Amino acid sequence: MSQSLRPILLFSAMALALLAVGFGQGWSVMLVIFNLCLISAVMSVGLNMQWGYAGLFNAGVMAFVAVGGMVAVLISEPPVMAGWEAGGARILVAGVMVAAFAGLVYALRRYVSRPWMKNWGTAALLVAGYFAIRPVFEGGVTAVEAIAAASAGNLGGLGLNILISWGVAAIVCMGVAWIIGRIALGLRADYLAIATLGISEIVVAVAKNEEWLTRGVKNITSLKRSPVPRETNLQQAEWFQNLVSTLTGTAPTDANFKIAVIEASSIFVKLCFTALFSIVLAIVLFLAIRALNSPWGRMMRAIRDNDVAASAMGKNVVRRHREVFIVGAAILGVAGAMLTTLDGQFTPTAYQPLRFTFLIWVMVIVGGSGNNLGAVLGGFVIWFFWIEAEVAAQWISVNMEKVLTPYLDVALISFGEAVLKVQDGVDWLKNAAPHFRYLLMGLVLLLALRFSPRGLIPEAGAARTH
Amino acid sequence: MTDLLNALVLMLNFVIIPATSYGAQLALGALGVTLVYGILRFGNFAHGDTMAFGTMFTIFFTGLFKSMGLSLGLLPTALLALPFGIAVTALYAVSMDRVVYRHYRVKRSAPVILTIASVGVMFVTNSVVRFMIGTNEQRFNDGQKFIIKARDFKEWSGLNEGLKLKTTEALTIVVAGMAVAALFWFLQRTRMGKAMRAYSDNEDLALLSGINPERVVMVTWIITAGLATLAGVLFGLDKSFKPFTYFQLLLPIFAAAILGGVGNPLGAIAGGFVVAFSEVMVTYPYKKFLRYIMPENLEPSGLMQLLTVDYKFAVSFIILVAVLLIKPTGLFSGKVIRA
Repeated sequence: MSQSLRPILLFSAMALALLAVGFGQGWSVMLVIFNLCLISAVMSVGLNMQWGYAGLFNAGVMAFVAVGGMVAVLISEPPVMAGWEAGGARILVAGVMVAAFAGLVYALRRYVSRPWMKNWGTAALLVAGYFAIRPVFEGGVTAVEAIAAASAGNLGGLGLNILISWGVAAIVCMGVAWIIGRIALGLRADYLAIATLGISEIVVAVAKNEEWLTRGVKNITSLKRSPVPRETNLQQAEWFQNLVSTLTGTAPTDANFKIAVIEASSIFVKLCFTALFSIVLAIVLFLAIRALNSPWGRMMRAIRDNDVAASAMGKNVVRRHREVFIVGAAILGVAGAMLTTLDGQFTPTAYQPLRFTFLIWVMVIVGGSGNNLGAVLGGFVIWFFWIEAEVAAQWISVNMEKVLTPYLDVALISFGEAVLKVQDGVDWLKNAAPHFRYLLMGLVLLLALRFSPRGLIPEAGAARTH
Repeated sequence: MTDLLNALVLMLNFVIIPATSYGAQLALGALGVTLVYGILRFGNFAHGDTMAFGTMFTIFFTGLFKSMGLSLGLLPTALLALPFGIAVTALYAVSMDRVVYRHYRVKRSAPVILTIASVGVMFVTNSVVRFMIGTNEQRFNDGQKFIIKARDFKEWSGLNEGLKLKTTEALTIVVAGMAVAALFWFLQRTRMGKAMRAYSDNEDLALLSGINPERVVMVTWIITAGLATLAGVLFGLDKSFKPFTYFQLLLPIFAAAILGGVGNPLGAIAGGFVVAFSEVMVTYPYKKFLRYIMPENLEPSGLMQLLTVDYKFAVSFIILVAVLLIKPTGLFSGKVIRA
């Protein structure tokens, strides 16, 4: 098979699979999957920059996705004025103080050359900063969280259009990535992995616990997501009712008309998201391909394939790594903001590392490290299987249960009290079904890494074999 | 004087004893990670889930023994089940090596590829655990709960604060101590242990002197599985078993291994205790403690807690960042294997 034909065939197969879902499970289900496929593809392109272009092991994809989600909330939520009046000023002052101390630490580390002064000075500044800032900050937080705790208890956001947050998320994530890059790049590859893993746990802990910021586990629901209309508004709109009536051929007086409008509104909204996400994916993909083929991209691959030689040629390896890490993080942040926009809510407990970090890794490895089209395809394929695997597992478990139940009970009882106490014999299969997809993803990753390490669409002209 | 004694008991109760036993658990975990680092030369992301896997089988065997009427009286039955749990986990680890890791070792892939393979193993192990035991919390500690009860201590000493010592805490320290002693004896004194250290120091030289790499690797996995199961079971007895918690232990464990110096067993132990003590000391509310030792008019108003427990990962992370910035080779100068 020629190299140029392969992507076309694979993407056509993916399209057929999605069409099959559309005919089999309905178009609404298909669009839900497709929209998340698009977001997954953006994430996958972002991670591919870090891993595929540069060989950086980012185990904290979730951090950037969650930061993107938080930015979406903070940009689009209307401000809670009572909260700002109660404690906003103090929190702002605390923020300024954090910035001031961070500046001091930076200046110290930059202009003082003796290592012991540098390190002890940093430690002293951090301790002093902590004790200076905490009382200011805490007072503000207590005041803010006391305001209408059931409905608000936070500062709210800027009340801007949520689309703006997609860009802001990129910028904020670049800042986060810059800090991590300063610390962990230039050391062993797995140091970056552990540092990013740590940052991702901390970001999610912040989202869960800082109620003044994100309402924590009380969640933020019903985000405004203009320009995409709400289903309920759409159903009232006259032009939309007319459209449905011409498209389906049912008169507004028809008994089924109301159901048709409701269905159409749900699909229309999803299509709006599809359009927006497709535009973002197209832009990101275009830029990523351009970057990869530019001198910068070639240099990046040269560094990846032989950092010693590249460094001997005068390339600053650590600096270039930092650049590509920051750019990849920005893309992940955009995807995170897009995801929160689509969900229309922000639930910190939903951020699980297997789903938001390591699943994206499976996408990149399966799709083809270093190849942007491969990353997109990986995003589509893996998300598709992630969703459909659960459907399949449910179906299998329901059918197997009928056949296996008598044997299963016997087997579990003979294992003794142990299992019986842990699981109720008959329910065992039913409960186990949702975990099937983790097994599937693990196997897919291991098999791809072993038998097709260059992925579905391999990197063009790469001599690299693992 | 009584105030000082009260403060001391308070510290023992809520900082020193819990941190020591938590530190021993982390040290065992970090030893497993550092052994894999030293000998197989990659960061094993599946370690947390291996701990969960071993603990799960120990729980199963505990249940089996209990249904057969076996118990250890005052000690938890899990101790009896532990060798069986370790055996199953060792078998699992060795077969995972055969099926997954050996291929990359033979091909001499970059360490990061092995790390990605370990992510795959992590997914698989995680789902096996979810399949078999579910995601709920399990408590499997039976036997006597306390060695020293707070009330008895109060009556005996007449202090306000009662010293308490949980059986699991004492058990953790004793069992971990024995395991570490056995491990060091093995590494220092036996032929196989010496072969392992030689292999870790210089792979090519070790191969030249006729050391069989496959045997070294196999023994490494068996020891790692044993340490992981031990760490997981002691942690589970002391607190409780929940698969996701075990995944999250990965961060403090890696922080401990890196702090001590990657590939250095002694460092892993020191690192485990440093991480555990920092975590407990930073998240402990000192209000009551300060009330005992400060003059009456200076009593603190707040909880005097540096960080809430929700941010305990931040402690591991800050330690990690400090090590990376100041001394990337760790306290005990572990090897910095090429990326």
